Amino acid sequence: MLERLLILSAILFCIGLYGALSRRHVIAVLISVEIMFNAVNVALVAFSRYVTPAALRAAGEVTPIAESTLLAGQSFAVFVIVVAAAEVALGLALVIAMVRTKDSVDVTEASLMRR
Amino acid sequence: MNIGIRDLFLISPELSVIVLAIIVVSLDLAVRRKGVVIAVAVIGLLVPMVAGVSVWSDIRTTGADTAFNGALVVDEFALYFKFLTVTVLALLFLSSSEYASRFHPFQAEFYGLLLLSSAGLMLLPAAGDLITVYISLELASLPVIALAAYNKTRLKSLEAGLKYLMLSAVSSAVLLYGFAFLYGATGTLQLVSFDPAIPAIGQMLMNGESSIPFGGVAVMVGVVLVVAGFGFKLSIVPFQMWTPDVYEGAPTPVAAYLAVASKAAAFAVVLRVFYTGLDPVASDWSLLFAVLAAITMTVGNVIAIAQTNVKRLLGYSAIAQAGYLLMGVAAYVGSGPDPELGIEAVLFYLAGYAAMNMTAFFVVMAVTNRTGDETIDGLAGMGRRAPLLAALLGLALLSLTGIPPTVGFIGKLFLFNAAINADMLWLAVIGLLNSVLSAYYYLSVVRVMYLRESDNPIRITLPLYAWAALAVTSCAILVLGLWPGGLLEVARQAALNLV
Repeated sequence: MLERLLILSAILFCIGLYGALSRRHVIAVLISVEIMFNAVNVALVAFSRYVTPAALRAAGEVTPIAESTLLAGQSFAVFVIVVAAAEVALGLALVIAMVRTKDSVDVTEASLMRR
Repeated sequence: MNIGIRDLFLISPELSVIVLAIIVVSLDLAVRRKGVVIAVAVIGLLVPMVAGVSVWSDIRTTGADTAFNGALVVDEFALYFKFLTVTVLALLFLSSSEYASRFHPFQAEFYGLLLLSSAGLMLLPAAGDLITVYISLELASLPVIALAAYNKTRLKSLEAGLKYLMLSAVSSAVLLYGFAFLYGATGTLQLVSFDPAIPAIGQMLMNGESSIPFGGVAVMVGVVLVVAGFGFKLSIVPFQMWTPDVYEGAPTPVAAYLAVASKAAAFAVVLRVFYTGLDPVASDWSLLFAVLAAITMTVGNVIAIAQTNVKRLLGYSAIAQAGYLLMGVAAYVGSGPDPELGIEAVLFYLAGYAAMNMTAFFVVMAVTNRTGDETIDGLAGMGRRAPLLAALLGLALLSLTGIPPTVGFIGKLFLFNAAINADMLWLAVIGLLNSVLSAYYYLSVVRVMYLRESDNPIRITLPLYAWAALAVTSCAILVLGLWPGGLLEVARQAALNLV
């Protein structure tokens, strides 16, 4: 089961990465990045569900540190969701500023400095 | 889960920086004179300094401590970077107050965002688990995105902000994916518990073939993704594309902040993650870093030669310098002789690099603010028009090249020494050749300043506090170059926390 979840996460990540690198519309890039973050979340939650108990069994005992990390992956995913939202909010603010200045949201047009 | 007064005491430097940010932004609403706001911001930075000193004297007696159940590690290594960040920020405030007046009426927010970002930078070297690494990294970089686009009517600045946002978001995602794999391989997010976990669980999970680098597929994928994710922040090749664009487009103080404070903290967190968390697989990543270091400095130096914009030149120079610093990270010797040498060299060079790069950026900021001309040719005749500024920029560039008696020379000497100590003579040789190569473009700027005449009559003057900041940074270049012993000892003590 872990393998299938990891494959799903890898596919999502690749879709997101491809989109982030190839799309020209700023909003599309932001959406692609969001897909990448969600791929990470899938991986984190999957590892949290399947790996941690195995790690605990391998250790042979439930140490306090191991116990506190039982749900670490899931709590990490919550943090990721929150920070990703902040990142997108900032991105949209920049998009608005750009539309006001240039009336365009095309990434390739933001290339004054390439030479 | 118990959080006590002691935890709050241990993060008091960061807390006071955040409180200061709130005070500065709200004070701006009440006071009409902007000078007051800047004064409060600069003087208020004494509070985190004092808090840092009290935490330092505390852990000197009781030893390194952890806060929030191991989420933060407060040791001399972390405190070294807290002091460095606060000092850099204070000098930056002093020198950029004139530049920031163009942001009227949003100056206070400019300082507030810088303060918030530096709170993130101060937490970063103290990170004890991967969640803290991620949160502090984002706390440090989100305000910088806004700051890079702060000239929001100038298209170049907006472009810088947008580029930094996209690359920072993509790199964060890559970094996180790497963290997820490390978590999967080790079953924990805490860096200290990685140690015994990586070889055993990494192999157990992935059928235990020892021929795979890093001891297992999950660890290998994790480490490679983490290196790529951090690579963006460190601006190492091949993840360096954003650096010159952002440096050129962003307001000059923000570029200085990115080049100095942000880079120092990024190196700190890389050292922390790799030396405390991933040292069981060190022989694999140290070679990876060594190769990246060689490529990074060569590419940075070669492209820098062709630059005509002085901020872009400093951008490529920052890439090359990241390559030199990476040599120290790569110089892992494990249980061999002097295991702290590499980290010590990185810590020392980061402080010296802060001094020389800030001097260069402050002079460039002063000149471009007056002339509005960012090309290297715009510096022509500086030796006559502004003799002292030209001399200081010359000193900074000599130091960046690595010519004695500046700190750049001593710092590079220690980095090369660390590489040789780790049996990487080839890397030290490449570093040396690169220093020779870099002399070409650094010194050609000096040549333009002194030997080329200019018909531009604009004289360049600076307010007194900007001179004060320049005096501190340029004195630091010479003092650390002539008497490096004191700082080296501090760096050594800090480095010993990681080995």
